[in-house]
Amino acid sequence: MKILVAVKRVVDYNVKVRCKTDGSDVDVANVKMSMNPFDEIAVEEAVRLKEAGKASEIVVASLGVKQCEETLRTALAMGADRAIHVETDTELQPLAVAKLLKALADKEQPQLVILGKQAIDDDANQTGQMLAALMNAPQGTFASKVELAGDKVNVTREIDGGLETVSLSLPAIVTTDLRLNEPRYVKLPNIMAAKKKPLDKTTPAELGVDAAPRLKTLKVAEPPVRKAGIKVASVAELVAKLKNEAKVI
Amino acid sequence: MSYRAPVTDIRFVLNELAGLNEVGALPGYEDVNPELADAILEEAAKLAENVIAPLNKVGDQHGNKLSDGIVTTAPGFKSAYQQFSENGWVSLRTPTEFGGQGMPALIAMATEEMWCAANVAFSLCPLLTLGAFEALEHHASDELKATYLPKMASGEWTGTMNLTEPQAGSDLAQVRAKAVPVGDGTYKISGQKIFITWGEHDMVENIVHLVLARLPDAPAGVKGISLFVVPKYLVNADGSLGERNDVSCVSLEHKLGIHASPTCVMSYGDKGGAIGYLVGEAHRGLGYMFTMMNQARLGVGIEGMAIAERAYQQAVAYAKDRVQSRELGSDNPAPAAIIKHADIRRMLMTMKSQIEAQRALTYYAGAALDRAARHPDAAEKQKWQAVVNFLIPIVKGWNTEQVNEITSLGVQIHGGMGFIEETGAAQHLRDARITAIYEGTTGIQAMDLVGRKTASEQGRTARALLAEVEAVAAQLKTQGLAEIGDALDAALVHARASTDFVVGQFEAQPKAVAAGSVPFLKLMGIVLGGWQLGRAALVAKQKLADGDADSAFLEAKLITARFFAAHLLPQVSGLSAAILHGADTVLALPEEAF
Repeated sequence: MKILVAVKRVVDYNVKVRCKTDGSDVDVANVKMSMNPFDEIAVEEAVRLKEAGKASEIVVASLGVKQCEETLRTALAMGADRAIHVETDTELQPLAVAKLLKALADKEQPQLVILGKQAIDDDANQTGQMLAALMNAPQGTFASKVELAGDKVNVTREIDGGLETVSLSLPAIVTTDLRLNEPRYVKLPNIMAAKKKPLDKTTPAELGVDAAPRLKTLKVAEPPVRKAGIKVASVAELVAKLKNEAKVI
Repeated sequence: MSYRAPVTDIRFVLNELAGLNEVGALPGYEDVNPELADAILEEAAKLAENVIAPLNKVGDQHGNKLSDGIVTTAPGFKSAYQQFSENGWVSLRTPTEFGGQGMPALIAMATEEMWCAANVAFSLCPLLTLGAFEALEHHASDELKATYLPKMASGEWTGTMNLTEPQAGSDLAQVRAKAVPVGDGTYKISGQKIFITWGEHDMVENIVHLVLARLPDAPAGVKGISLFVVPKYLVNADGSLGERNDVSCVSLEHKLGIHASPTCVMSYGDKGGAIGYLVGEAHRGLGYMFTMMNQARLGVGIEGMAIAERAYQQAVAYAKDRVQSRELGSDNPAPAAIIKHADIRRMLMTMKSQIEAQRALTYYAGAALDRAARHPDAAEKQKWQAVVNFLIPIVKGWNTEQVNEITSLGVQIHGGMGFIEETGAAQHLRDARITAIYEGTTGIQAMDLVGRKTASEQGRTARALLAEVEAVAAQLKTQGLAEIGDALDAALVHARASTDFVVGQFEAQPKAVAAGSVPFLKLMGIVLGGWQLGRAALVAKQKLADGDADSAFLEAKLITARFFAAHLLPQVSGLSAAILHGADTVLALPEEAF
């Protein structure tokens, strides 16, 4: 069984991001970039399925600028078999990503597509769902457990107030939540081996997809700074302030 | 306090100053390039930051427990070590034929910096394994190599070095441990060894001890010492573990620092003799030890620089967080974060600039080690070997002397809280203290530097390096960085005068030279550190002119180099005065007057 995993190159979770001075975007110049943590969980899950003998091949795909190659190499070092880089400098929005992944899925015919539930840069949480619609395939989002059973995959989902298990016919789309697994630390020999694994290049044009953005960003601003608190002299003053100034009681 | 591996600076030093690309061009290192180095650095950083660094404090507080000869390590160490070894980090630089990754020393050192900064006590275990591995790799028979090396490279077995005895510390000629031939090619080893780092522990199934001992017919002194492999468990012909050997840990030392590293008193032959196997030829053990001394001393130099980095990171975090007193010259009457105060800045810059100078010089020495080992041209090979030989006592001595000052500044920045153990600043100071002592004290490094490495070759390498410093100073002056170039030039005058003194007087009045040997070592550290920061400044200036995007890092590099030129390089004149004119007063006071 073949698994397709999508990984996104994002600002590292340790970095405190800042806006560009002109408010056009987040400033990512010279910022450490890493694999989206939810995607790392997706790769890990695929590798575990392969190690358990349930999957035969893991194809990992990343979409975007040249440096996405590094992200793909990390996925290869974690255990993916080969990589596809859809290279473009265009800003990619969820619908474009879903269309590109659909085109890759058409070529690769995976039985399972695993993605992070969302990327920590834009937090859109849309790509997996859109891909499922485009592929007309069932989806199990926010997975905290994935079990393959014949031509089905049982996905335990984290939902408000508890867990829900759905049984999906393959091919299916799974998006990962935080508790699905804990990604491994890469073994040193695998870093060397990853350099020799195949990494194919393609472009949105070759895949016949118009990846142009549909949404326009108007402005990016930092959240307002929290104002300093004040001390009140008495309970009466506190109540008065809550009533008259904050107007919460 | 968490640790963040300084990957940006490490990458800058590897690529711009140490010559990673040139190392990658050496035979056998075809796969080595900045991209591979990056991938390795990123993964090492993750493991160091998330797995090893969090155990630093636990290890310090918990230490090790000895009961019935069994040493139990601090909680978390065993599983962290398993992860470390299973992921292949022990064998980064060991040759591929024994299951290693065959990477150059330069890249390995960058990862070793991270292990040391994350948790120096932990890092000593793989460091000692590596030392033992190299001794066996260079000198043992093929049979011994086949038995021990693959398991050591994988980290499944760890290694130790058993040199010291109570009466034989820096002077190993006084080793008394005995080795008696059994007649079947093996030997019975007996005697007591002290200060054995990671001599016994519960992290692995077998420990490979390398032991210096005397054969019955051995001549007295250094020429009568042989080297033996003594495994904790004997190894059967099929590679499985057999009987427990007659070696045990009888006591653990109570130390000032590196509490998590068990420092063992090892007893050999309490029940008649531990089985040992001769490494190489009889009576040549001490020479074999010295072949690895270079690597080991560089390793301790890395420890010094790495602990300094950790202390610096903690001091910066505290200085940004701690609010005390209004900022001088500011309109704001409110108390400010102490990083706004000038003296705190001076201390932080003193830490930062020396750490960056040391990182550059240390990695430069690492690249020289690789070039000396692999360069296809014999003359180049020889030249780089001379550079390594000269730099090693400086990297070892200067880094470890300065880490005492740097970690002390780290405590100072914390004020009263620095003196309180819970803050964690004091641990770095305690952990760092040993680095200027083991693998040859600073005094021994300094004697090595003035004697073997300077006087005995008429100062050839010293003068060649100083000529390179001069060339960089000249370049700095043409590139609008005259304040650094001038400071280097001024320091060079003193460095040359001191070198002339060492070369000229070593034969005639060795004790006078010895009296100024540590100042000479420090002087060389400062001048060569200033040279590396000068080179860094030139690169930074060029990259800024080229519009390199990481301008904040490059601007900081320039300022750091200027600080070093203004604050550290001038110290050279004082050191040189002591070297040239200070010997008298060192030696004048009669012994009875002390």
